[in-house]
Amino acid sequence: MSSSSDSMSQTIVIKPKPGWQLIDWKEIIEYRDLFYFLMKRDVLAIYKQTVLGFTWAIIKPVFSMIVFSVIFGGLARIPSDGIPYPIFSYTALIPWIYFSGAMNMSTQSLISGKGIFTKVYFPRIIIPLTPVFSKLVDFAIAFIVFFGLMGWYGISPTANIVFLPILILIMMLTASGMGMWLSAMAIQYRDIPQGVGFLSQLMMYAAPVVWPLSLLKDRFGESATLIYGLYPMVGVIEGFRSALLSHNSMPWKLMGIGTISAVLICVSGALYFKSKERIFVDVA
Amino acid sequence: MSDIAIKVNNLSKRYRIGIKEEIHDTFVGSVTSWLKSPISNYRKVHNLSSFSDNGESGDIIWALKDVFFNVKRGEVIGIIGENGAGKTTLLKILSRITEPTTGYAEINGSVASLLEVGTGFHPELTGRDNVYLNGAILGMNRSEIIRKFDEIVDFSGVERFIDTPVKRYSSGMRVRLAFSVAAHLEPDIFLVDEVLAVGDAAFQKKCLGKMDELGESGRTVFLVSHNMNSIGKLCSRAVLLKRGKVQFIGSSSEAIQQYLDHIVYNESAKISFPENDKVASIKTIRVLNHSGEENTELEQSKSFSIEVTYKIKEDSKNIFLSFVLTTLNGNVFVLNSREEEDVAMTNSIKTAGTYKTNLRFPGGILSVGTYETHLGITKNIRPSIEKKKGPCFQIIDRSQENFRASIPPNKRGVLSLKLDWNSKKINY
Repeated sequence: MSSSSDSMSQTIVIKPKPGWQLIDWKEIIEYRDLFYFLMKRDVLAIYKQTVLGFTWAIIKPVFSMIVFSVIFGGLARIPSDGIPYPIFSYTALIPWIYFSGAMNMSTQSLISGKGIFTKVYFPRIIIPLTPVFSKLVDFAIAFIVFFGLMGWYGISPTANIVFLPILILIMMLTASGMGMWLSAMAIQYRDIPQGVGFLSQLMMYAAPVVWPLSLLKDRFGESATLIYGLYPMVGVIEGFRSALLSHNSMPWKLMGIGTISAVLICVSGALYFKSKERIFVDVA
Repeated sequence: MSDIAIKVNNLSKRYRIGIKEEIHDTFVGSVTSWLKSPISNYRKVHNLSSFSDNGESGDIIWALKDVFFNVKRGEVIGIIGENGAGKTTLLKILSRITEPTTGYAEINGSVASLLEVGTGFHPELTGRDNVYLNGAILGMNRSEIIRKFDEIVDFSGVERFIDTPVKRYSSGMRVRLAFSVAAHLEPDIFLVDEVLAVGDAAFQKKCLGKMDELGESGRTVFLVSHNMNSIGKLCSRAVLLKRGKVQFIGSSSEAIQQYLDHIVYNESAKISFPENDKVASIKTIRVLNHSGEENTELEQSKSFSIEVTYKIKEDSKNIFLSFVLTTLNGNVFVLNSREEEDVAMTNSIKTAGTYKTNLRFPGGILSVGTYETHLGITKNIRPSIEKKKGPCFQIIDRSQENFRASIPPNKRGVLSLKLDWNSKKINY
């Protein structure tokens, strides 16, 4: 048998790597199977551990919708762009619950993953990125419920639904970026995990989940709204509403600004993560 | 392919034990202190993770310093040394878990690190799912795990329960399954941190068998262990580390010998303790041979004594010394408490002052070997006021006449007792 390709003399040099490091994409692809199994573990473990299993993915958005509809829609009478409040909020809850869930889980990921990365080598960046993908399962389930809701309200989605993948991409980029920043900080500073839970609550109110973006536009004008688009979830949520509710045209400008912001957060997060990577084991 | 599997070149690893009060482990803390004095804080923090000074200030630890060696392809090499010698740090650097401070290492070939058995095992997942997860964590890819799955399960012996959640397994089953996954890795180089002492005797035998197979398979094995028996059996060469530096590299039997010698011979026959403010405290402990000289090598047939000097701060009742003699692995062989005095417990008063007590051991009782002394001061029977570890000593036998000379030391028994043998013929 002639020499096979896997008995290649693969030489690894281990030496101190000072300064800024870039992400080794080739390596991450090499470890894709590990990535897959870690995601599978996340999905299976969470659902096996809870009494209600997969139904949590339905309960969270549905119950939030009910409470918001009663308080904000009913009591406070917040306008909802002419759409019934429940479905107005639900459309925003689908991407929001994904984002906050992924961000929170990502923040914790290095802390809870301590057991593996202190014992075995693999590209550490996989750890905060795993929830970004595994939370898509919850997202999909929440989506399915949405179609039921649409049937109930007799609303059909627009052709804009084809643009959903772009929105999904933006939300994943933002979640990854926040996750890489926060997970690296959380393992160094023990007050971060608590702070993040609180932060994501505030971030929800900052995003147009329970209130319509048109309120902002009416009060402060178009440019202020566009600046607000620097918060990527603004573009994502408005985009979801446009795509699913035959409501307005797609908010391209907001999405564009949001994308730039998301990319910046993601790239800076990756750089920060890589720069702190070498001390994770020491502070874990 | 290169003949050298692992090349370690001038590898060093430094840890800075931080300036304790100023290490901020809260984000808020670090931000506020930065606001308060940005320049000095920046400098401090910058110093923590950079080592631009020569690093000889008091808060530096060199876990490894200038380590140099090569491992040939197919060699089974052991790493031995006391706790804190740097063995696990070396293993972690070669496993890429932590970065070296200076120097470099080159690894030629695929690597699998076994620092722990069952890394990543999740209790809610089934054995099957955990085999896949653990295999992937250890570096196998999916097709490899699928291919070896049946073999792995078979070796572990948990076939019947493979689809039950691992939280229902006994600890033995968990360990067998985990080891089984690790045993089926097929890297060029194996980096192992003493995970061999697992499972019951039958399984341990299987494991050692697998380790032997590994050695013969032509794979390079780098084994860190405290167990001199495994090192002696499995490794041809060994590296002895002491406080981060390479003390010796060579045949494993010689490395082991140097390691054992170091534990006893370099220790003094006299140990002194700093003053403390306990009501009674031990000042020095000395091991003296039959002529009253300090020595840690004691002739088997001769008597020896342990001399303890201690101080009592104020007149106290019922204060006594106790003495314990143990072997190196902690087995207690002699215990004498309360100075073995037959006095009534109450009304025994020692006035304040310094005391010297001499414990005499008759000769010819202890067998050849290494022993540890421990002294304690107690009031009544308990609680003990103070406990101190005294010097170690070795019993040696220079006389040629000892009838047990041909039996290896660890099989001779701790007591060197000559029993009274009485026989006579009982049928005529």
